Amino acid sequence: MYLTIIINVFVRDFRKQKKRITLTLLALAWGTISIMLLLAFGEGLHRQMNINQKGMGENIGVMWAGQTTKAYQGMGKGRRIWLYKEDPEFLAAQIPEIAVIGGEYTRWGQQVKYKDEILDEHITGIPPCYKQIRNHIPQRGGRMINQIDMDEKRRVTFLGSDIKNRLFIDEDAVGKQILINNIPFTVIGVMVDKMQMSNYEGMDEDAVAIPATTFKAIFGDRYLDYIVYKPHDPESMPAIEKKIYQTMSAKYRFDPTDDRAISIWDTVSGSKEFDNIMIGIKMFLGIIGFLTLLTAGVGVANIMYVSIKERTREIGIKMAVGAKKSLILYQFLLEALLITFVGGGLGMSVSYILTEGFKRVPLDNPIMELMGRPTISFEIGLVVIIILGIMGLLSGIFPAMRAASTNPVESLRYE
Amino acid sequence: MIIMKDIVKTYLTGQIKFQALKGIDLHVKKGEFIAIVGPSGSGKSTLMNIAGCLDVPSEGEYLLDGRLVNELTANQLAEIRNRKVGFVFQAFNLLPYATAYENIEVPLLFAGINRRARKERITQLLGQVGLADKAANKPTEMSGGEMQRVAIARALANEPDIILADEPTGNLDSKSGQQIVNIFQELWKLGKTVLIITHDMNIAERVERIVKLKDGLIDNNHNPL
Repeated sequence: MYLTIIINVFVRDFRKQKKRITLTLLALAWGTISIMLLLAFGEGLHRQMNINQKGMGENIGVMWAGQTTKAYQGMGKGRRIWLYKEDPEFLAAQIPEIAVIGGEYTRWGQQVKYKDEILDEHITGIPPCYKQIRNHIPQRGGRMINQIDMDEKRRVTFLGSDIKNRLFIDEDAVGKQILINNIPFTVIGVMVDKMQMSNYEGMDEDAVAIPATTFKAIFGDRYLDYIVYKPHDPESMPAIEKKIYQTMSAKYRFDPTDDRAISIWDTVSGSKEFDNIMIGIKMFLGIIGFLTLLTAGVGVANIMYVSIKERTREIGIKMAVGAKKSLILYQFLLEALLITFVGGGLGMSVSYILTEGFKRVPLDNPIMELMGRPTISFEIGLVVIIILGIMGLLSGIFPAMRAASTNPVESLRYE
Repeated sequence: MIIMKDIVKTYLTGQIKFQALKGIDLHVKKGEFIAIVGPSGSGKSTLMNIAGCLDVPSEGEYLLDGRLVNELTANQLAEIRNRKVGFVFQAFNLLPYATAYENIEVPLLFAGINRRARKERITQLLGQVGLADKAANKPTEMSGGEMQRVAIARALANEPDIILADEPTGNLDSKSGQQIVNIFQELWKLGKTVLIITHDMNIAERVERIVKLKDGLIDNNHNPL
């Protein structure tokens, strides 16, 4: 029943000062929308970046050879080191922490032709395990290069989604023949659309992939350009890296501390750094939103002060009939919280509707592909509710304390 | 019941000290019907506020039912106002947004009475002041006399021993005023201690004792009966 009285008072106040309370509620709703949407955009960006980052492959290491920069066992620096096609197998045997490993050849500026369309393209020679490590997933109706293609050095090709569109436009590509340097190849599959933030050698959607054995036979490359591996456990990446330097330096005779003879890109540690940057961005967005919400909080405190002044007499009456200070305190505190949560709830609902709306917008333009969709996570909701609660308490407690400390005699005299 | 010894009340307005009561000695026995009269500014209302524990004296001792009020905490004073004393004001002081029923309910709520008991008590009180049909009316929908009767019902809610009324008929026409005075007289007959501040000679004629205040002091005591 006491709650009914508080609600009655709230309703009466609402009627008496409709404009002011409406504006305060709107300010609170707006503050909540700001913080929710900013955090939601941050979250969406993070998720999308994560997806984009994993386009290259999740928790992988990429290795390529360079020149020695340290003299070793009588050999001067500046010696070229090469990776051979036997090396992936050799490393897999030496380092049990590696789950999957494969070598890759690559060449730029090769002629690719279909009907009248002639393009100057990037050709890669890859093993079948790229399906797992590099996420070379075929679209429906196609397939990825397999072991038989490798064994028989078949002239088959697996196209990136973008180059398929440029060569075939709307036509179906699977089963068709294209010419690579005037040698006919059959298209066996097209890669699914893939958002990719980084790669070591161009984007996968632009690449024409053929079996590594076929590549070697046609182009005659003696050396692998890259070796890509994936560990059983991402945590073992540093240990694997150390073992690679040990085995490779022993095999090719260079200083095991020479990180230019062989370079390794560990995407696991990269993604940790990336996560930290994203946390920074989200905090920044959160702070902006919080400040907006704070402005609204000041509005609530203001309206509470004004309402206490207007209700001085009412407080006096209640005290005269036996209200304790604590009761007056709770009533005003509850009102401040009520305003805060009604406004906040309004803002949260609107934010939810907006983000749900965004989910229906297709991700088919470059900006959206990068930004992702704003996403409200459970954590965002929780953070905003906690902030609203603290703000409601803070903006309510001081006016409420003031109300509770009024002298009943003076309040009753107040007109 | 009420024993005041040398009560002084000093108000501080900025740098200026103002003595509203300059040394009041007053004894009120249980079941007395007293009118407090005197010109404006003589300290009537201050005396009433102290008697009802709305205010505390600056000096002197106030014993209410043997308890030294000076030493009570704010919460204990609130409890006395809730259960032991009932206030009736000239300006009624009803909550404007609440109905007659809800206004009477306020002290019962503060006393922690359950819903059913509250309803029973409020219905009985509304009947007692002759407003059984006005339970759902808000103050704006009632006449002055009706509002004052609601205020009396509210004052009686927790069955206090003492009724304190500050010019209860001051804002009413003579007919309504008469009804209010009748109610006070009935309450006195039921054994309540009633203190009324008034300028109204109709009331003064019907009380047991008149206390006259002048410049913060008791002027004389006489018995009109």
